[in-house]
Amino acid sequence: MLARWLWVPGLGLTPEAGKTTSGTDRVTDLTQLTLAEAREGLRSKRFSSAELTGAFLAAIEAGNKALNAYVLPTPEHALKQAAASDARLAKGDARPLEGLPLGIKDLYCTKGVRTTACSRILGEFTPTYESTVTQNLWDAGAVMLGKLNCDEFAMGSSNETSCFGPVVSPWRRKSSNVGLVPGGSSGGSSAAVAANLCLAATATDTGGSIRQPAAITGTVGIKPTYGRCSRYGIVAFASSLDQAGPIARTVRDAAIMLTHMASADAKDSTCADLPVPDYEAAVGKSVNGLKVGVPREYRIDGMPAEIEELWQQGIAWMKAAGASVQEVSLPHTKYALPAYYIVAPAECSSNLARYDGVRYGLRKEGRDLIDTYEATRAAGFGAEVRRRVLIGTYVLSAGYYDAYYIKAQKVRSLIKRDFEEAFAGVDVLLTPTTPGPAFGIGEVVGDPIQMYLNDVFTVTANMAGVPGISVPAGLSSEGTPLGLQLIGRPFDEETLFRAGQVIEDAAGRFPVPERWWA
Amino acid sequence: MQVDEETVRRIARLARIKVTDTEAKALEGELSGILDWVRQLDEVDTSAVEPMTRVTPMTLKMRADVVTDGGKADDILANAPAREDHFFVVPKVVE
Repeated sequence: MLARWLWVPGLGLTPEAGKTTSGTDRVTDLTQLTLAEAREGLRSKRFSSAELTGAFLAAIEAGNKALNAYVLPTPEHALKQAAASDARLAKGDARPLEGLPLGIKDLYCTKGVRTTACSRILGEFTPTYESTVTQNLWDAGAVMLGKLNCDEFAMGSSNETSCFGPVVSPWRRKSSNVGLVPGGSSGGSSAAVAANLCLAATATDTGGSIRQPAAITGTVGIKPTYGRCSRYGIVAFASSLDQAGPIARTVRDAAIMLTHMASADAKDSTCADLPVPDYEAAVGKSVNGLKVGVPREYRIDGMPAEIEELWQQGIAWMKAAGASVQEVSLPHTKYALPAYYIVAPAECSSNLARYDGVRYGLRKEGRDLIDTYEATRAAGFGAEVRRRVLIGTYVLSAGYYDAYYIKAQKVRSLIKRDFEEAFAGVDVLLTPTTPGPAFGIGEVVGDPIQMYLNDVFTVTANMAGVPGISVPAGLSSEGTPLGLQLIGRPFDEETLFRAGQVIEDAAGRFPVPERWWA
Repeated sequence: MQVDEETVRRIARLARIKVTDTEAKALEGELSGILDWVRQLDEVDTSAVEPMTRVTPMTLKMRADVVTDGGKADDILANAPAREDHFFVVPKVVE
C-alpha cells in the first residue's frame, strides 16, 4: 500500500506507513480521538472544529441507522457552532471546550431543539429554554451533534423502552451477531461514545443509568454527588435521586466534562452552592495511602465468578498503586433496591402528573377533560413508565403512604448512615458496577424485577446521594466489557477520578474490536 | 399482597391513565409481584429512624421576594396542542 501525503497548509499531517490518508481514514482517525486529544489538536491547529464536527456528522450519517444511538442529529446547528468556535480558536480566544462535538441525552431541554425524553407523550415538544447543564457546555464552547436515545423518561436499564426503538450496542459477543443492549437508561450516550459517534456525551443517573451503560460498553461514566450538577431543564424522573453526569472514553475526559457540566444554580434549590474544582487536576495524582473499602454485602448470592475475579483484580491494582484495602460493612445494602422501587416510582408518579395533554406534547381528545387526561396518558406512556407511575400512585395513596413510602425513606436514612459510618474509616469504596455483561436485546422479558436487578450495585449511591464512577476494567468470557465502580464521599469526586485513573492505567482501554455498523 | 383488578382500576383512576380490561388483568400480576418483592423492607427495624428529608445537608435557599421572570406568555403557549389568544384550550370541564 502506498502512503499518500495530505498536504494542508498549517495542519502538518503525516501519514503512517502502509496507510492511505483517504477521506474515510481521516474521518475515522478524528473520531477516535479522546476529548483531551481533540482539545489539544484544535488548540495546536492540527485540524479545525468544522473538520472534527464534519467527521462526527459523517460517522453518524453512516452508523446511526444500525445503532439508533441518536434520535435527532442536529448537523446544521453543529456546523454553525463549529464555525463560531473556529473563529474563536483562530483569534486565540478559546473557551475550555471550544469546538468539541458532544452528544446530548434527549432528557436535557435544548432551546429550539426537540426534546422528547424518548416518550410519545412529549410529541414534538420544542423547549423555549435551555437546561443549565447544557448551557454551561455551550458557554464553554462545545458543539451539539444531536440528541441521544434513552429509555423512556429515563426508566430502564437497557434502552429498550424508548419510543424510538432500542439502541444497539456497538459491542458484540465473540462470534455472534446478536444485538446487545448498551445499558440504560443512557444507552444512546454509552453507545455513541463507544462507537465514536461523539467525543463524549451527557447522561443522567437515577438508579445507575450512567454507570451501568458505561460499564457494559467499555466507557467511563460518573454520577456525581446529588446536588453537584443543576437539574434545571432536565426532564424530571425522581427528584431526590436524579443527577446529571458525563459518559466519556477516558477518566480524564469524564473529569473535563464534569468540570464544565457542574455549577451552582439559583434555578435549582437542590443544587449545591459550592465551587467546582478543576477535576482534571486530580487525574494522575498518586493514591499512596488511600484507604479503599470493599463492602462485603456486595458479594451477592449467585454472583458470576468472572465478576468476583474482576473485583479481586481491582483490589490488586489498588494495592499495587500504594492504596490500602480493607473489608467494610454496609449492612442495609440488600434493601436499597426494593426501597428504590418504592421511592423512585413515588417521585415519578408526582413528576409525570404534568403530562396531561394540555400545555405541550401529545393530546388525545376525550369526552371531557378527565377523559382527555386518561386517554392522552394511556396513549403517551409506554408500559414501563405506566407500571412505575401506578406503583408510585399506590405507595403514596391514603392508607399505604406510611407502610410503603415513609418506610422506604426510613430505610434510605439507614443506607445513608451505612455510607457515613464506612467513610469514617475508608476514603473510597470499590465494587463491581454490574452483576454481568451486556445481555441481548429482548432477552430479559416477563418479570420486571429481573431487569431491575441490573442496578443492584448502583442504586445504593443514588439512595445515599454519594458520587460513583464506573471505569472499564476487563472483558467477560463473551468478550464484552465489564466495569469496576468506585463510590466516594459527598463532593469528593476528585478521589473518584484519582482512583479511577489507577484502574484505567492498569486495565487499559477497551475500544470496540470491529466496526460492523458502518 | 395481592393487588386485585378493582385496586388496579382505582390506582389507574388516581393516576389518570386509562387501562383496558386486558391491561388491568396483566397489571394485577405485575404490580402484585413488585409490591410483594418490596415488602422485604418489613425485615428492617426502623422504629428509631427518621425518614430522609434531604439527600445532602443543605438549607433551603431563600431570595428576595421580587419578580424576576415572566411576561413570556408566547413562550409558554409555544407548544400548546390547542390555544386561543393567551389561553390553553381544553375540553369542557363541567356540564
